[in-house]
Amino acid sequence: MTSSLHLWLIPIVPFAGFLVNGLLGRRFPKALVTTVAWVATLIPFLQVLNIALHFGSLTLPYSENVGTWIAAGGFHADFAFALDQLTLIMLLVVTGVGFIIHLYSAGYMAHEDGYWRFFAYLNLFMFFMLTLVLAENFLLMFVGWEGVGLASYLLIGYYFTKDSAANAGKKAFVVNRIGDFGFLLAMFLLVAHFGTLSFNAIFSQIAQHPEWQGGFLTAIALFLILGATGKSAQIPLYTWLPDAMEGPTPVSALIHAATMVTAGVYMVARAHMIFNRSPFALTTLAIIGAATALFAATIGLVQTDIKRVLAYSTVSQLGYMFLACGVAAYSSGIFHLLTHAFFKALLFLAAGSVIHALSGEQDMRVMGGLWKKLPITFWTMTAAVFAISGIPPFAGFFSKDEILYQAFISPNPVGKIVWFVGLLTAGLTAFYMFRLWYLTFFGKSRTPEAAHDDHGHGHAHGVHESPWIMLGPLVVLAILSVIGGWVGVPAAMGGHNEIEHFLSPVMHAQYLSYEQVSVAMSTHPQAVVHPAPETAEGSNSLALLLAALSVTVAAIGWFIAHLLYFAKPELPEQLATKLRGLHSLLLNKYWVDEFYGAAIVAPVLFLSRYALKGLFDTGVITGGSLALGYTTQGIGSVVQRIQSGNIRSYAGWLALGAAALLLLTYFGFGTHLSF
Amino acid sequence: MVVPIAYYLVLSAILFSIGVAAFLVKRNIISIFMSIELMLNAVNLTFVAFAHHWHQVSGQIFVFFVMVVAAAEAAVGLAIIIALFRTRSTLNVDQVDLMKL
Repeated sequence: MTSSLHLWLIPIVPFAGFLVNGLLGRRFPKALVTTVAWVATLIPFLQVLNIALHFGSLTLPYSENVGTWIAAGGFHADFAFALDQLTLIMLLVVTGVGFIIHLYSAGYMAHEDGYWRFFAYLNLFMFFMLTLVLAENFLLMFVGWEGVGLASYLLIGYYFTKDSAANAGKKAFVVNRIGDFGFLLAMFLLVAHFGTLSFNAIFSQIAQHPEWQGGFLTAIALFLILGATGKSAQIPLYTWLPDAMEGPTPVSALIHAATMVTAGVYMVARAHMIFNRSPFALTTLAIIGAATALFAATIGLVQTDIKRVLAYSTVSQLGYMFLACGVAAYSSGIFHLLTHAFFKALLFLAAGSVIHALSGEQDMRVMGGLWKKLPITFWTMTAAVFAISGIPPFAGFFSKDEILYQAFISPNPVGKIVWFVGLLTAGLTAFYMFRLWYLTFFGKSRTPEAAHDDHGHGHAHGVHESPWIMLGPLVVLAILSVIGGWVGVPAAMGGHNEIEHFLSPVMHAQYLSYEQVSVAMSTHPQAVVHPAPETAEGSNSLALLLAALSVTVAAIGWFIAHLLYFAKPELPEQLATKLRGLHSLLLNKYWVDEFYGAAIVAPVLFLSRYALKGLFDTGVITGGSLALGYTTQGIGSVVQRIQSGNIRSYAGWLALGAAALLLLTYFGFGTHLSF
Repeated sequence: MVVPIAYYLVLSAILFSIGVAAFLVKRNIISIFMSIELMLNAVNLTFVAFAHHWHQVSGQIFVFFVMVVAAAEAAVGLAIIIALFRTRSTLNVDQVDLMKL
């Protein structure tokens, strides 16, 4: 296809929406604000759908250059956009889920102040996220990367009059900055070694040098991992995501579940050429992913705030994606990203619907028995819970199972370990999700009747099902959560794993000719990552066995949740008292926030307050300028006596001066002054 | 007989020094004014003496300039003195010292 796809339109339309709503929205009626925001998201969605329909006829990877951005000496970066299979999947997720959530938000935010501001920020987010996904070089990607951080900050702090929300926004921004620092260093290294930031240029250079492995590529990969851990909330930088739940629920669904936090996974998948050359970085990634998955899941077991459970679950699921990337199964990571976007967005939106129904209540301890009152929310959420727990044939089963399978068969020495951790986490995931399900929808209602009218929404009159503008998106996402996984049914179960085949042109040595691969294989066997093993007849039984195992583990998780929160609801209390130490360790999130507070925040604050502010700012800067001022004033107060107003004293000075000049002329500084 | 140039210069220096001394010592504005005139004329004398000595006419032209400026200055100065006397009823410079910090 020769004609231009005008990819640049995809991000620019939401930006126009942001400008219109951001500049003029205050004076618009709500209906107009909504229309602008919807149209600004719908147009890119339709464009992406159009591209997807004609995808087969495109020559890939397609790229277009809108203009030169930076040209400095030998280095230059362009406003260049690229499209390949990976981009298309991300585009579909971002615009599709994004549009659905825009619809939902109109219902959820209907009674909030600053309605226009919310939609303006949401469109701004879409702009940056689409820039990030479409960018053809690291620098433009970084623009999107920073921009989504900004939008996330603005939206977390949406209720900025609430201290906790403002602080959560700040925390998210600052923690993300640490990750961005890693990303920046990685870019500097890339420029230093490759002289360019263009994906295509860098990856083909790497492909032409099969002898490059480890070394500086490991350094770049590790810095990229640091960047990814910040944006995608992995250990050690995950702490901002649970706090980010201060934002409105649609924001949690869009930014902090479906799209922005997956940017790290996307970036790793995009830069897989670099990661493939560094077994050390891959192992690090796998360990970080597995550790985060387990760690966050255990915290999720005991949280009582419905959104916080989901937040830790998001961190945990992102861990799975990193685990997948760490065993070089990028397609599986992206597959899980896709299904996760569906079911986690659905979980958040359904939770939002529950919160909406309860007029702002988020504590699961005072919910219960809601399934009859909120039937549609209940059934859609059920689909999501089954999906995330990995119950076949829901979406999460296929993607999670694919990751576990890839980890198990990975030649990486930590493969089996991360597989086991992943399996354990699957059980924990099923447990906490069904715990949430039982606590929210089953048992007796624990809602104190009087509490209804106290909360923010201000339209509370009993528990009520949400309007259709909110339920519609739930239904669509529920359908996707059921069928979304069917694009990746593995061969062992009679499927074709379409998504992996779809992504394989991106993931597998597209820059290498066959000869180069074989040369590289013979000289540096570990330098080239094994191609995805074709599931032979022999390993089918292994795949089925592993799948059965993970389903069993999930079922055990479900069973325990059923036992504790449905059959014997008094048991959890007793367990909590019996295992008080463990319970409070989990409830307090391993005191990681406190640890960071004591180990990093407090010293930094101390340094800033005393060394930098006390000594340097007050001492050197303020002191220096004050000293300058006072010195001038002092000299002035002495010298001003000369200006007495007395003419004769002036005349005296004049005469003295003239006499001095005369004397100088005669006996002065040598010949150059004499006339 | 030709009077040596040094005589003129010494006379001029004496006149100028008297002018300076009077300028510094006197308190009456009119006296100060007169001492300024004295200094100007001492300089004029030097100009004329040198013009004669070197047979150059430019020195004499300078003198005319000085006299013109002095006349103008006298007019302005006297006007100021009259205005000052009308407002302050004094000609003592030590009592006219408002222009200070």
